[in-house]
Amino acid sequence: MSDYPENYRYTKEHEWVAVDGDTATVGITFHAQKELGDIVYVDLPRAGTRVEAGKSLGSVESVKAVSEIYSPVTGEVVEINADLADGPEKLNEDPHGTAWLVKIRLADMGEVETLLTLEDYQAYIEG
Amino acid sequence: MSELLKTPLNAAHRALGARMVDFGGWDMPVQYTGIIDEHNAVRTAAGLFDVSHMGELEVLGPQALDLVNYVTTNDASKLETGQVHYSGLMYETGCFVDDILVHKVADDRYFLCVNASNQDKDFAHFVEHNRFDCTVTNLGPKLAQIAVQGPKAIGILQKLTKTDLSSIKYYWFADGEVSGEPARIAHTGYTGEDGFEIYIAPDQAEARWNELLEAGEEFGLKPCGLGARNTLRLEAGMALYGHEIDASITPLEANLGWIVKLAKGEFLGSAVLQKQKAEGVRRKLIGFEMRGRGIGRDGYEIRVDGEAAGWVTSGGPSPTLNRNIGFGYLPAEKAQVGAAIEVVVRNQGVEAAVIPTPFYKRAK
Repeated sequence: MSDYPENYRYTKEHEWVAVDGDTATVGITFHAQKELGDIVYVDLPRAGTRVEAGKSLGSVESVKAVSEIYSPVTGEVVEINADLADGPEKLNEDPHGTAWLVKIRLADMGEVETLLTLEDYQAYIEG
Repeated sequence: MSELLKTPLNAAHRALGARMVDFGGWDMPVQYTGIIDEHNAVRTAAGLFDVSHMGELEVLGPQALDLVNYVTTNDASKLETGQVHYSGLMYETGCFVDDILVHKVADDRYFLCVNASNQDKDFAHFVEHNRFDCTVTNLGPKLAQIAVQGPKAIGILQKLTKTDLSSIKYYWFADGEVSGEPARIAHTGYTGEDGFEIYIAPDQAEARWNELLEAGEEFGLKPCGLGARNTLRLEAGMALYGHEIDASITPLEANLGWIVKLAKGEFLGSAVLQKQKAEGVRRKLIGFEMRGRGIGRDGYEIRVDGEAAGWVTSGGPSPTLNRNIGFGYLPAEKAQVGAAIEVVVRNQGVEAAVIPTPFYKRAK
């Protein structure tokens, strides 16, 4: 469960990005959910929302606190993971898989290349 | 930046893999396995808490009762030896210095359990108003405190003591032993469940902690952090200093009229409280539950009829009730149970309703 896929890209804000064609699937990392603890609420933008890299994408709340999620990329939200509204705890169980947050149609395909590789991210969290 | 204070159980927490946080200057465990898991353990079985950061004061002298009664709201003359009550430590303004537990040890000796981050201020407050020739001692550094809470707490603690726990009534205490070492065993708690709080010597803390964990294993006892302590007390409708109560809030506003005994005679703040009682409070602590999607958190604005009306003092998910609950202040005329309110979450008003507290009450 704590396996970090090698083909994902990562951010210092502990999001991951998986690119398929012109669409990026975005989630939070195993490390992020572990730091947060029991996740009880997820707030995501509607499909159709324009998001910008580094700006707020929504929030994740644990029992104790609210954490902002920052969009790793710029583009348009094309789909949100509807399962999380009633099952936010899935973010603790399968953060790199079924508990993805949103899919974003990329405005700039090259932007993903600027994100951290798995190796960079692991070095960062073990820092 | 000064170094964080540590309880005698610091190493034990780290060995258990606890996540540690800075809690008012103390390096404390916020959780071990997870807040919800720990919360549920206390509701259904038992939880073990290190609350050694809490402060303890002792008031000693022939006029000990006079000093205690002068600085606090409840009437300590009603306590029998071995009895405990909840009380408010007051300023002249009728607002809280702290909320405390008063234990009557003897006619001339009272033992007070106070909040960790207030202990120095509380001690100074007792000393400042000590015109009763009492000896006030800060026992904080000389005591560790461990809480065993939950329906199985009595069975677990009884395994380690010959003191008959069933003979200690709720909000009473006994000076006995645990594992043969002296312990003040109080039938008190901050979780809304049955349970005990034991005061022991710091050098005994780690041994007692480990023995309790072992004794509790067959009962489903779990070590619990401050995260669960907070969700448990919130469900149980108990105030937390710095949130529901502070130096700008009176007990009457905080729905704690039951600890204000005006009939006992003059005490710090009694004139203000007398007047407030006669005229009625302008603002009042309410309990709410979220009806729309969102969680009200400490500091969030509360709106009534679209207008800013108050603020949230504590809020979060209730693991037992599976709802999002909280406390907040509202103008008294808007504080009726059932009233529709909005809590402003991320710049958006989310529907909520004023509901009765406590949110959770254990079956007797």
